[in-house]
Amino acid sequence: MKKNIFILLVLLLWQPLLHAELTIEITEGVEGALPIAVSPFAWQGKGSPPEDIAAVINADLQRSGRFKTLPREDMLARPGTVEEIEFKDWRALDVENLVVGQIQSNGAGGYQIQFQLLDVFRGEQLTGYSIPTTAPNLRSTAHRIADLIYEKLLGVPGAFSTRVAYITSVKQPEGETRIDLNIADADGYNPETIVSSSEPLMSPAWSPDGLKIAYVSFEGGRSAIYVQEVYTGKRQKVTAYKGINGAPAWSPDGRKLAMTLSKDGNPDIFVYDLITRKLQPIARHYAIDTEPAWSPDGRSIVFTSDRGGKPQIYRVSAFGGKAQRITFQNSYNARASFSPDGEMLTLVTREEGKYRIAVQDLESGVMQVLSQGSLDESPSFAPNGSMVIYASKAGYRGVLAAVSVDGRVRQRLALQEGDVREPVWSPIKQ
Amino acid sequence: MNKVLILWAPMLLSLLLMAGCTSTPTSEAGAEVSEQSTGADGADGASGGEAATSAASQGGEWYGDPLENPNSLLATRVIYFDFDQSTVRSDYLDVIQAHADYLAANPQVVVRLEGHADEKGTREYNLGLGENRANAVRNLMLAQGVSDNQLVVVSYGEERPAAFEHNDESWALNRRVELIY
Repeated sequence: MKKNIFILLVLLLWQPLLHAELTIEITEGVEGALPIAVSPFAWQGKGSPPEDIAAVINADLQRSGRFKTLPREDMLARPGTVEEIEFKDWRALDVENLVVGQIQSNGAGGYQIQFQLLDVFRGEQLTGYSIPTTAPNLRSTAHRIADLIYEKLLGVPGAFSTRVAYITSVKQPEGETRIDLNIADADGYNPETIVSSSEPLMSPAWSPDGLKIAYVSFEGGRSAIYVQEVYTGKRQKVTAYKGINGAPAWSPDGRKLAMTLSKDGNPDIFVYDLITRKLQPIARHYAIDTEPAWSPDGRSIVFTSDRGGKPQIYRVSAFGGKAQRITFQNSYNARASFSPDGEMLTLVTREEGKYRIAVQDLESGVMQVLSQGSLDESPSFAPNGSMVIYASKAGYRGVLAAVSVDGRVRQRLALQEGDVREPVWSPIKQ
Repeated sequence: MNKVLILWAPMLLSLLLMAGCTSTPTSEAGAEVSEQSTGADGADGASGGEAATSAASQGGEWYGDPLENPNSLLATRVIYFDFDQSTVRSDYLDVIQAHADYLAANPQVVVRLEGHADEKGTREYNLGLGENRANAVRNLMLAQGVSDNQLVVVSYGEERPAAFEHNDESWALNRRVELIY
């Protein structure tokens, strides 16, 4: 009996960790996705392999919606090397591309992973690498391999080695709500809480080098902007003026933060130089000006303003000046950010009373609504520009969702309990 | 109970009239009425009809801190707003007047005006909207002679909802300014 109670206690203590786990499901895939098979990697060592590398690669490719992966049970053989491949068997299964690989211990607690990507119809190698890694990095090496395969076959870099930052809100048994800022691998694995608070946390933003996150915290009963080093936990309070300190956005060179401050009486856009600590006003108006975002070339900033009566997106030089309205479709457009190539914006638009995620082509001004919810918010592009990640509601719960820019692939990322919101994709590792 | 109802009737009537001009009449007025009547019922149950009677005559019989008087206008600590609006509705003007009079008479008292928004729209824009609402209350109080250093404005946007459903009733309860003494 005592033992049972102990086990129960241990389970209860583990509960919060379990809650942080994200699960991803594909809700809609692309027709004509590229057929590919990832054969289980051959393990050259004692016991069972330390990680199912092929399964991680397979899940990444499948989750992108761009690939139709062959289930293992449908494979006629499971070759670990090129010599073992019978190409005609794979042709018979309509598989166009095949991945084979090996993993071996390199003695010093590390591993060597080799893989080859093959064109099944030509029977030739498209690419192949041998990558050294360590036990804690096996999954991230698998994501890197998935990135290499994705780029080779689709011509754009993969975004599988990236991470996602997000906010969770979980009601505690004592009635308090705990707000956490978390980061997890792009496939939902390895979630870590980097800030935990009983007061609201919001608006996380990755620095361009992926090493820092800026965010807003209400600890102490008022808002302040913090910058925290992701891997050391060291943080710095950047601004804590009277009123709103919000919406931090990094300049592409990582030197400045655009932000919203209401210290002068109402929300205005400022640029704060992190080195000189100088504050420069960019957009000032008695209306609400907020949600700044930089263009990838660093030359201009878009922001939300209701100076015309309703919130719309405006564009201004990164050094200030006259702002120009750039959204005209629908009466509510807010929280715009640029695609990595600078040609598109993703934003929140209100259509027939529903708040949805849209993309707008900057040159033509044409807007396309991508999401299907009624309370969708916080959109941002994946670092390779392929998907837009955003927050949505499923029943009573906040969930994360991603949709491809053409609207054809949809994913949903859900927590086991509580709300998850404000997702932001990290930059691609250099 | 009848007596209470009759005494409250003008208040209810004005609320209902106001409700006619708002976009979500039932929910917003409903929330307000229930809040008010809870106060009156509580006094009725605790100390008999007498407390309810004194409430009708402007809470004049209350001895002690006026802030503690459940039947005074000062007992109303939440001011609700219409969708996407940061203008104080006219049915709250006497509540704000009562708080302003109290603050002007007690210059050592500081009140925190916490502005909130419903979950519709983006989070940072709603932070601005919540601040506009708190500032609207603040400006009315300043005009009534309250000193600037008695008023602390904080906006929480949609980050601290009072109601958690995703419907008109919850949204109406979340568009608010809370007066925290």
